[in-house]
Amino acid sequence: MKLRKNVAVSEVGLIFNPVTGESFSVNPIGVEILELIREEKDQNQIMQVLLEKYSTDQATLENDYADFIDILNHHHLIEIHEETKD
Amino acid sequence: MKKRKINIGVTGLNAIDSPGPGVSVIRALREAVSFDVRIIGLSYESLEPGIYMHDLVDRTYSIPYPAGGADLLMARLEYIHEKEKLDVIIPNFDAELYPLIKLEPKLKALGIHMFLPTLTQFEERQKVNLNDFGKKYNISVPKSKVIYDLNTVHSLPSEFSFPMIVKGKFYDASIAYSIEQVKTFFNKISAKWGLPIIIQEFIHGAEFNVTGLGDGNGNTIAAVPMRKQYITDKGKAWGGISISDEKMLDMTRKFLRNTKWRGGFELELMKNKDGELYLLEINPRLPAWIYLSVGVGQNIPEALVNMAMGETVTPFVTYDVGKMFIRYAWDMIVDREEFEQISMYGEL
Amino acid sequence: MSKMRYERPAIKKLETGLPNKFGMRTEYEPTTHIDGVAVNDLVKQYGSPLFVISERIIRSTIKRARKAFETRYPKVQFAWSYKTNYLNAVCSIFHQEGSWAEVVSGFEYDKAISLGVDGKKIIFNGPEKSVEDLTKAIKNDSLIHIDHLDELYTISELAEKHKSHPRVAIRVNMDTGVYPMWDRFGFNYENGQAWDAINKVMHSERMELVGLHCHIGTFMLSPYAYGIAASKLAELALAVEQKFKHEIRYIDLGGGFASKNTLKGAYLPGIDTNPTFDDFAEAISTALLNSNFKQDKLPLLILETGRALIDDAGYLLGSVISNKRSSTGRRNTILDVGVNILFTSFWYDHKITPAQSFSQYSEDTCVYGPLCMNIDVIRESTNLPLLNRGDHVVIHSVGAYNMTQWMQFISLRPNVVLIDPEEKTHVIRLRETLDNMNSMEKVPAHLEKFSI
Repeated sequence: MKLRKNVAVSEVGLIFNPVTGESFSVNPIGVEILELIREEKDQNQIMQVLLEKYSTDQATLENDYADFIDILNHHHLIEIHEETKD
Repeated sequence: MKKRKINIGVTGLNAIDSPGPGVSVIRALREAVSFDVRIIGLSYESLEPGIYMHDLVDRTYSIPYPAGGADLLMARLEYIHEKEKLDVIIPNFDAELYPLIKLEPKLKALGIHMFLPTLTQFEERQKVNLNDFGKKYNISVPKSKVIYDLNTVHSLPSEFSFPMIVKGKFYDASIAYSIEQVKTFFNKISAKWGLPIIIQEFIHGAEFNVTGLGDGNGNTIAAVPMRKQYITDKGKAWGGISISDEKMLDMTRKFLRNTKWRGGFELELMKNKDGELYLLEINPRLPAWIYLSVGVGQNIPEALVNMAMGETVTPFVTYDVGKMFIRYAWDMIVDREEFEQISMYGEL
Repeated sequence: MSKMRYERPAIKKLETGLPNKFGMRTEYEPTTHIDGVAVNDLVKQYGSPLFVISERIIRSTIKRARKAFETRYPKVQFAWSYKTNYLNAVCSIFHQEGSWAEVVSGFEYDKAISLGVDGKKIIFNGPEKSVEDLTKAIKNDSLIHIDHLDELYTISELAEKHKSHPRVAIRVNMDTGVYPMWDRFGFNYENGQAWDAINKVMHSERMELVGLHCHIGTFMLSPYAYGIAASKLAELALAVEQKFKHEIRYIDLGGGFASKNTLKGAYLPGIDTNPTFDDFAEAISTALLNSNFKQDKLPLLILETGRALIDDAGYLLGSVISNKRSSTGRRNTILDVGVNILFTSFWYDHKITPAQSFSQYSEDTCVYGPLCMNIDVIRESTNLPLLNRGDHVVIHSVGAYNMTQWMQFISLRPNVVLIDPEEKTHVIRLRETLDNMNSMEKVPAHLEKFSI
């Protein structure tokens, strides 16, 4: 999974997608996830970072994370490809 | 001598194809001779063109929609006032007037002045009340009837002749030539704006507008009549010309004398082929074509600000006849950062 | 090291045609406390969902209403509309504040009597009063408001039978310029039915006509309509005086005053637009004072307003069961509060606020109840902060009708707690149990056993 090329994420949570011309606002935890995706962390690594930082449980986080990824995908902000790494 | 500077908050920056009056009001204020201005734009949506007109608007803050409630609006205006020291606010949307009329004393206590109609004046001129309004103030209005029930439609032909106008309580109007059409429009308009529906006599003739300013004591401070020359598919004047019509001015003066209207207004008038005038609607604010008033020698927004500030204003008595306004659209180039700034932070 | 409060990740398109984030956001301030009591503590102690009633708000509201009328008109009496909320504790607060009882059934009548209300101070309204109910009311010298001719004749017979002289009023319906016109209760003014009924009562001489009553509608947004109603009743009262030399002692304008809730489809919030007690009082008292009553013969003004007196005093606390997304990408939040206990969500856009602090981020959300029924929708669309599972919310202004029209449907009805002026909490109605429900049922012997 990768952030699409040229998608700009500002520190305050503004995203601009130059391909579609759309702008978005993202909350701080959303920005963190986008940064972790940019760093090419996988889902397990991302979960770990967030669980250490926030008071929530794995199930809730997984659920919300999956939902967030769906929406990013829906807005064409990320590319999901088969994870073939071992 | 240096002129005093007044900080004025202005809404209605949506200078689009069915424009809000804000940008025209600001242009008038920029040409005021009795004061200098700093203009604080008050916007609802991030794409209101006025937000990005930096030569007209010094700074813009987004404000909550009237549907959010008066308390919320007050909290936002207090915040803006803290930063900008507002002296005057000129609202340019009908829907804003209700909460702002209610907030007038509170804003006044902060030193923010407005010049608005009273709540009674605002309510009396609502479309559903037009018949009573005409009776009470002895002003000719087209005959109209408020209906709630589709079944009562069948008795209409005994009271009205075709065509008749079917109107929503806030917006929308269609001309019906048969009972079937009345029914269709009844359903269509009530689905969108709710009940009641207003049935109004159709007046054949030409459409005229008058804008002006009443002092709240029955006196006419300003009045400029205009004939629409070109009407867009949204019913807005694209071009118009100032005219001299004593009858129209008489009706305007009568309206102001009898209602003691306070503030700016626009009258929508119809003149039938016998030259009789009918009042169709009263808009409780300045119209989008208000800049024409500056062009003909009556800077109504300037006078309104002076009245709001408690100054004595000498009524305008003359204006240039035969001056035209022609509206045009203009594409601005705007950086995305500005759009994001107003969208994210509500300030630009 | 303590962890940070979790907020789910959220992304929102910067729309160009819609209000931006700022525009809609601050409808929401968290409601962490009600009358000084923490919402989280209430839920911990009494469960979720939970109805909470503020005694402080009830008392201040009825005081405000009385002041609005009593400063404008010399003789005013409020009567508590039982059907709006007949929890005993609630009725008792109103009776302590001087309100009479206004009941519309034998059940409500008995409830008022069992609370210790003097029979003379019970107004008995409504289209259904059994012979047994009427006999009781006659014996207790209650005020019986006649709804139809059949009732008029029954009362007349009972009066004859018991050799008594019941005190009655005629309920009148009329055109006050509002829509819909309520013409199903009582006798019509415009077509002469009301005058006819009055004459029948006066000529029968078995009853004493003490009052005239009308109730023009519900959730009325026009004080002016009450002015018209008051004028018409005043005319009738004066006509009675002229014809029979008989003085009508009271005019009862019923209830129907709007509360501060926002009706579905209204553009501006109810709290800004709905008339105040002062507006209603001004319209009504002006009409009565301007009528032709002599100064010393002004009738008592009775008001049976319910909704406007109790709505704001009621809160419904709930919890988030789940957040999900619809097939169209829309945010759905499921609460443990269903329409079976929040009937009024069918016609109001109830204000919902989180019970804990939150960030400025929000989402357009559809709020569902927990019932396995498609109609269980609390708000079709509202902009809510990002709530987590288990978070608590406060639904505002639910005091009227919900605690009487609620249904035991699918789930059991929750506790109702009263917060007294000293900020102490009292359960005033216990949550239902399976035993409660089963205790009312009987299973025939042949159905007792089965094997699956």
